[in-house]
Amino acid sequence: MTSWRTKLLPPLLAIVFAVLLSAIALIISGADPLQAYGTMIGQMFKGSTAVDTVNLATVYYLSGLAVAIGFQMNLFNIGVEGQYRFAAVIAAIAGGALKLPPVIHTLAILVVAVVAGMAYAAVPAILKVTRGVSEVISTIMLNAIVAGIIAFLINADQFGVQTGNNIGTRVIEPSGRIPGIPLGSGTLFGFVFIAAIIGAAYWFMLNRTRFGFELKASGESTTAAAAGGVNAKKMTLIAMLLSGGVAGMVAMPELLGRDYTYGITATQMYGFTGIAVALLGRNHPGGIALGALLWAFLDSSAVSLEQINVSKEIATIMQGIIVLSVVVAYEIVRRADLAAEQRRVGRALAANGRKGASVAEGGAV
Amino acid sequence: MVVTDVSRPDPGSGSTMPVHRKRSRIPGWLRGVIWAVVAIAVLSTASYSTGVAALTSSNTAQTALRLALPILLCALGGLWAERAGVVNIGLEGMMILGTWGAAWGSYYGGVWAGLLAALVFGALGGLLHAVATVTFNVNHIVSGVAINLLGLGVTKYLANLVFEPLSGNPRQSPVVPKFDTYSASGLSDWLGDLEKEQRVGISDVAGILRGLVTEVAPLTMIAIILVPVSFWVLWRTRFGLRLRSCGENPVAAESLGVNVYRHKYIAMLISGAFAGMGGASLVLLRGGADYLENQTNGRGYIGLAAMIFGNWRPGGLLGGAALFGYADGLQLAGGGEAVLALLYGAVILVAVIVVVQLFRKQWIAAGLGVVGAGILYLIYWSNDTLPSDLIPYTAHFVTLIVLAVASQRLRPPKADGQPYRRGED
Amino acid sequence: MSTAEAPAEAVPDRGAPAVQLTGITKRFPGVVANSDVNLTVAAGEVHAICGENGAGKSTLMKILYGMQPPDEGTIAINGEEVKLRNPQDAIRVGIGMVHQHFMLADNLTVGENVFLGAEALHGIGRAARARLAELAERTGLHAEPDTLLEELGVADRQRVEIVKVLYRGAKIIILDEPTAVLVPQEVDALFATVREMKADGYTFLFISHKLDEVRAIADTVTVIRRGTTVGTADPKTITSRQLAEMMVGSELPSPETRESTVTDRAVLRLTGLTLGAEGSDRNALDDVTFTVRAGEVLGIAGVEGNGQTELVETIMGMRKPSGGTIELVDADDKARDLTKAGTLARREAGIGYIAEDRTRHSLLLTQPLWVNRILGYQTRRPVSKGQLLDIAGARADTERIVRDYDVRTPGIDVPAAALSGGNQQKLIVGRELSGDPVLLIASHPTRGVDVGAQALIWENIRQARAAGLAVLLVSADLDELIGLSDTIRVMLRGRLVSEADPATVTPQELGSAMTGAGEGDEE
Repeated sequence: MTSWRTKLLPPLLAIVFAVLLSAIALIISGADPLQAYGTMIGQMFKGSTAVDTVNLATVYYLSGLAVAIGFQMNLFNIGVEGQYRFAAVIAAIAGGALKLPPVIHTLAILVVAVVAGMAYAAVPAILKVTRGVSEVISTIMLNAIVAGIIAFLINADQFGVQTGNNIGTRVIEPSGRIPGIPLGSGTLFGFVFIAAIIGAAYWFMLNRTRFGFELKASGESTTAAAAGGVNAKKMTLIAMLLSGGVAGMVAMPELLGRDYTYGITATQMYGFTGIAVALLGRNHPGGIALGALLWAFLDSSAVSLEQINVSKEIATIMQGIIVLSVVVAYEIVRRADLAAEQRRVGRALAANGRKGASVAEGGAV
Repeated sequence: MVVTDVSRPDPGSGSTMPVHRKRSRIPGWLRGVIWAVVAIAVLSTASYSTGVAALTSSNTAQTALRLALPILLCALGGLWAERAGVVNIGLEGMMILGTWGAAWGSYYGGVWAGLLAALVFGALGGLLHAVATVTFNVNHIVSGVAINLLGLGVTKYLANLVFEPLSGNPRQSPVVPKFDTYSASGLSDWLGDLEKEQRVGISDVAGILRGLVTEVAPLTMIAIILVPVSFWVLWRTRFGLRLRSCGENPVAAESLGVNVYRHKYIAMLISGAFAGMGGASLVLLRGGADYLENQTNGRGYIGLAAMIFGNWRPGGLLGGAALFGYADGLQLAGGGEAVLALLYGAVILVAVIVVVQLFRKQWIAAGLGVVGAGILYLIYWSNDTLPSDLIPYTAHFVTLIVLAVASQRLRPPKADGQPYRRGED
Repeated sequence: MSTAEAPAEAVPDRGAPAVQLTGITKRFPGVVANSDVNLTVAAGEVHAICGENGAGKSTLMKILYGMQPPDEGTIAINGEEVKLRNPQDAIRVGIGMVHQHFMLADNLTVGENVFLGAEALHGIGRAARARLAELAERTGLHAEPDTLLEELGVADRQRVEIVKVLYRGAKIIILDEPTAVLVPQEVDALFATVREMKADGYTFLFISHKLDEVRAIADTVTVIRRGTTVGTADPKTITSRQLAEMMVGSELPSPETRESTVTDRAVLRLTGLTLGAEGSDRNALDDVTFTVRAGEVLGIAGVEGNGQTELVETIMGMRKPSGGTIELVDADDKARDLTKAGTLARREAGIGYIAEDRTRHSLLLTQPLWVNRILGYQTRRPVSKGQLLDIAGARADTERIVRDYDVRTPGIDVPAAALSGGNQQKLIVGRELSGDPVLLIASHPTRGVDVGAQALIWENIRQARAAGLAVLLVSADLDELIGLSDTIRVMLRGRLVSEADPATVTPQELGSAMTGAGEGDEE
């Protein structure tokens, strides 16, 4: 039923709206919007920015997929943030400690990451299913706590290793790394292909499997799903675990493709980006990819704004506005579509020989 | 809503038969007093047994009170919103806006200006949430998350714009004026003497009371008074009745002439203002930082947890805020040693609960309690002090555990979190 | 214009009718709900408005109560033309509406529910409670103002609704299908109250499609069909049959019993099924035992709220019983204990389910019809191969159902929400009968469904029964119950209290059994 117009119009509207509002913010702070936007776009063509953008988009894409699995059934796994960081530190420690032949080493690290992510997601999942604790609050608590856990683990007394001024996990041997593809002055993460495969698997799961059907049904109407045989608690548990598992992969592109170690200074906030990107992409694997690219573009090019003395937070503000307005836009377009659909059905039935659709036959009253 | 997921809770059609609820014969306020007495008794015993005085010292109580404020205010913010049927996850973002407003207002106009600015900034966040959820029917959680993002971004942007030139650091404001504090000096001195005597029980009570009457800022007093005020407005006035009806059955309310949209908007403005005041309490109190990036640290969510713990009632959420504030204050004032002692106290508390459950013949709950107590005691016994990296998150741990243990017989407003459109049945 | 201050209002001009609707027309996207409706209600009379489900009665009343503006036409109250933009305008001119689905908040008290929105009249303190007490006396409501509403039974809730309306000074009271949830004894109590109030000068609009009640209480009846007024009559002189024909226009569907197809083979066996109710000492289901045999339709009669919903949902696995067993017996007389099985397992065992509230339990409204075909069958052919879906199979089978069950739709890709109630229900019936079930649970299967669809659904159930299907039928429509069932059991307060033979029982006898022979309301 959804046409291209329904799918693409809302994000486009949202982006235009955000651009306009941010232009206003820029003007207020004394900057020239056109110059600012021009600088951002121009940044794309300089040095390795384009490749870095795609690399960053890969990370955001995985985060978006993780969140989207939960979103499909109205499960808000805001804990992707904590899950991916927990998985990252555990996988980094394991990866640094293991000594295995090349591909197997990498696979082992990935498996550890997925399992760790699942484990950290299991806590809010079990709390929700057995005690009815809101997953929103429990995941947020766990997100905060993970910083403490990471600090604890990276401590030189535990698993940390001092290299120069930084403390981090032991560096992962080349046998565990994922090679990149040199492109121009940058290196494209090899993980891009793995991410694409995960995206395809997500699509398949959602549209061709029973689990995906039950997931979507649960998201639309828990009551109809229950009457249709869906076990709500089981769905919640599996969805959270899957989400946590995919979340576990979020740090892997950077860990295995660039950094090879995990330290206190490692990147944060990717989990929240996933939420924004999933919303923008409406939980659709293709949409999420586009959303991830957009977000990565905004983040990568914002740095260039400092050259012309504009606060790079403008990119954050744009992102916030996009998130809010895209959801509003989706709602408006959906309602317009439904009304149009009802009119269409009414007309089609009338054309089939009835003299004016009456209450008894036509649409709902 | 916040207990189960956003769409309708149970797969069955609910009860089609009238409910005969077992009414407790103990009125709410008396139950609160009993809990307070039990808590102090447990802490006092733990303090005596472990030798850690920090559990009931006036210093801890004072810090706890100060740290409980943002939690309390956000809990009140959550209450006002959810009683009108709107789930407000964006409290954190509104609080962040409030911190900036408080610092900016106070720097240029003094503390009261700072408080006012905090209220306004928070309310603006609330307004945005209202527009998204009430007018555009956006999913409440999604809107809340978006506002948290937006609040953070806008605040960082403004801090960059306004504070950096002043303090040289975009993450921190310059030092801003703070509230004066007042003490009931006679009472405070007397209690101080009692506390120093280190007598079991009496000294503990004295310590706690002293912390509550010494060096209290007007903001603190206002915040605490707002609890009974909220109760009175929501349950004893016409406006409050109408507002609550929006959260229970908005269709019925609309049919009776209540302007549901307007009440939800007002509720959200109030809710945002409370969150903003929570932000002010982080900035404008002695002992707190000035505006500092990331100073809210999840307290907005802990506030929501306190509200759930309090079963959506002002008295209950005061208890919840006290609990979480105490955990926060204890770790700051007493460090790892004190938190460990708190674990000991928790063991005692669980033991008491187990006895009660045995009386009620709730075998499974009692069994679980015994297991839980055993685990806690094991942790206490095998450690001299807890990992310093985890101590700052004591309140978060406590939140998780309390929610897991206490999630029973909750009664959220019936239409909480549900989208409402005028004219639709 | 009379103010909201109730008693001392202008005496209406004797000649002027209390309510006069002229030429009312209302359109919705794709549908004309009301077309040129004319209605005249004299002051101090009980005026019934009759029409089948979907004829446009509810929309008309919403217009009269200010909840919808008419596209064309005028409204005159007590001789003066008014424009009703919202319910407050209607209240101000003295109109009050007692909705079919009560507009009450469970977590608020009786007093709070009554005072809400009318706080300006008497405040919410002592004066208000005094007035409430007066009105409660008049309507027979015996609940304290501080009682939480969720503790009241259905009849008392309706009384609270009536008190609400009186509290606001209504003189013209609209009762929208008030007897739908009442037992015959409670209906009598309601009518007695109505007659007393009529003597005090109140005017009533009484919406119903229960013809016998209309004749019992109404002074005049207006019939609406397909959105327009068909005619007005005096119920004392017109026969039920004539009235029904005005409503439907062609022959009534006559649910007749044909040759018995009941066999000896048990299919569903319930033994001692017990289900506790939340927050209450009384059980929602109390030691329920019965058997449904192949080729038999077992009808469960009872006023809503006596456990029928709980019974159906427990059998489907949506609620967990506290005691008893549920067994499904196959052709070789081997019993399979389903008591602990999940809903999906029960469906896979061959149970089909037509839910009483299709929008909540049977359909995914925004999804296309072929996706809805999969719901409940996501592990079975032809729509699924176990863990993987069979999209082509789902689409093909949906086409089949649309053809065989006369589902009026432009295609199988339209969202379910776009279909009318009757067509939605036909789709659901087609889906539930297509899994070759051994047991069909039909809960109010023709509620909110137009007459043509109703006939088709009944016919399909009969055919399936003749082929050996066992059917558990729960219905509030006594004609449906009597017409389709081979056996009737009556349910009261969660227990099965008596059995009736549909061939010989009358609606009055059944109604008495449903109330427990005069036990009266529960407090």
